[in-house]
Amino acid sequence: MTTTITEPPQAEKHVAPQADHADRQKTLLTRIAQLRAWLFLAALIIAFEIWSRTSFGGTFVGSSFNWQSIAIFAVAPLLLAVGQTFVIISGGIDLSEGFVMGLAAVIAAHMTNLAGFYMPLPFAMLFGILVAVISSGVPGMINGLLISRLRVPPFIGTLGMFGVARGAAFLFAGGTTVPVRNEYFAMLGNGRLFGVPYLVIVAAIFVLVMHYVLSQTRFGQHNYAIGANAQAARRAGIDIKAHLLKLYVLSAMCAGLGGALYAARFTAGAAQAGEPLLLDSVAAVVIGGASLFGGSGSILGTVAGALVIAVIQYGLVFVNVEPFWQFIAVGVVIIISVLIDQAQRRFGGAKHDE
Amino acid sequence: MNNTAPLLEVNNLSRHFGAVRALENCSLVVHPGEVVALAGDNGAGKTTMIKVISGVYPPTSGEIRVEGRPMSFSSPQDAREKGIETIYQDLALADNLTIGANIFLGREPMRKALGFLPVLDRKKMAQAAEQTMAMLDFHVKRLDAPVSNFSGGQRQAVAIGRAVYWNAKILIMDEPTAALGVPEQRKVVALIKSLKAQGRGVIFISHNLQDIFAVSDRIVVLRRGIVAGERRITETTHDEVVKLMIGG
Repeated sequence: MTTTITEPPQAEKHVAPQADHADRQKTLLTRIAQLRAWLFLAALIIAFEIWSRTSFGGTFVGSSFNWQSIAIFAVAPLLLAVGQTFVIISGGIDLSEGFVMGLAAVIAAHMTNLAGFYMPLPFAMLFGILVAVISSGVPGMINGLLISRLRVPPFIGTLGMFGVARGAAFLFAGGTTVPVRNEYFAMLGNGRLFGVPYLVIVAAIFVLVMHYVLSQTRFGQHNYAIGANAQAARRAGIDIKAHLLKLYVLSAMCAGLGGALYAARFTAGAAQAGEPLLLDSVAAVVIGGASLFGGSGSILGTVAGALVIAVIQYGLVFVNVEPFWQFIAVGVVIIISVLIDQAQRRFGGAKHDE
Repeated sequence: MNNTAPLLEVNNLSRHFGAVRALENCSLVVHPGEVVALAGDNGAGKTTMIKVISGVYPPTSGEIRVEGRPMSFSSPQDAREKGIETIYQDLALADNLTIGANIFLGREPMRKALGFLPVLDRKKMAQAAEQTMAMLDFHVKRLDAPVSNFSGGQRQAVAIGRAVYWNAKILIMDEPTAALGVPEQRKVVALIKSLKAQGRGVIFISHNLQDIFAVSDRIVVLRRGIVAGERRITETTHDEVVKLMIGG
């Protein structure tokens, strides 16, 4: 970075120690690291377009059906990843999200059905979603209390909650999937407004709100500070315990909304709804430019990360590659992404050793 | 501000930890625009002294006066609100945030976007950062860069800038030059001089006698929890200070 410093009129000169040349390289590297998810996304789209045209002469990018499918595909992992972004920036991790999502899906299905007996169906749907999102705050609160008050490491605390939520979800579901009998719920999950699926609209609004919270509020700002230097944050008067509690509740509620939307999409609540999505969500955050050491990351990066994963998964199916390649491709992207992050850290980032 | 009253007056301060008398009847005075060095060997009580002054430990006995008024601090936050700010050795900055965000950490200013949506007022933070850093003779152009991009001396300036912005009257600096290279040490010395010129009081803790002699007006030497001696810098020598420290 160019720390241009004009000379003060008197006394000591303060000269930036770095040479300009190295600075420019550093800036470029930082930019690439920040935008890597969007660059990956662009590269992937171009690759699939070429692949699709050469192997069967059809377009990949030009088909709106493809984009609708990819967007729907990305919704659930994205919602988990949004909560995970907050947690990872603070230097933690939330492993319980996947089964909290399953738990919420089951609760949403049950409550919507139950409320359907007492109120008009659209209200029953809203009631079901609301109860699912709010009740998923409970495991989040327990996570938060364990981590902030009892100083359980986030990895272990949320791993425990992973098991608890998993068991609770299957118990509530009675070991099977719970079908939803509510046509409005089905419409939310599968309907479209001007060709855009409702699910995508809901997710987009939610993501915008969360982007605002992370980038424009004190809560977001403190989250970055805690991830970089918890000691400094505490000395600056930030209530870290209260912050962590809110943080894990927020993360669990993101998973709760993901679960409710899952139940809408499949018109059924399944305890295992989020099981394969947890690691995808962490992957989306990391591809999106966050560091697992905390202190960096953004919602917009995570959106790109989630889209990268969805495009890989959908694109490989589209060009007729065996589905197992999806895992390999996503894995390779994660590793490349972390390598870029580390290169940026080494050459451009923090200079603690001065 | 009353010019006759000292900024900080510490009278007969003692702090015991069980049977250990970490500090026994120590007194210290800091006047406006004065830099007082606190010197002493390891375990002499320097750290205990500043921890009591900055509100980390309550004193066992003795009193602390700020601008003539007796104070008792319930916490470091409390001491900070009354104008005593400690600059920690490890800087206490969030490296990923800008200078402005660090200055305002925990007290971020907000503004209304579009007339209703509260958002962080980054412009105000950047302006405050620019002005504060200019007061310390650091003219930084890249106000949107995280502080990790700056050198050790510049980061020290940010930590000091935060204290200055929030109107600290007395700055306690614990080994501010310890982790820095020689040119950076000179910058910190220049910073301390500019704080002095603004009429603030500085308590400067260092092992480096050269730095102490470069900036201080007076030196207070602690040995085994008591004040072994106090000298004006102009009237003493390295040798005499070392003798006071080791008790020769």
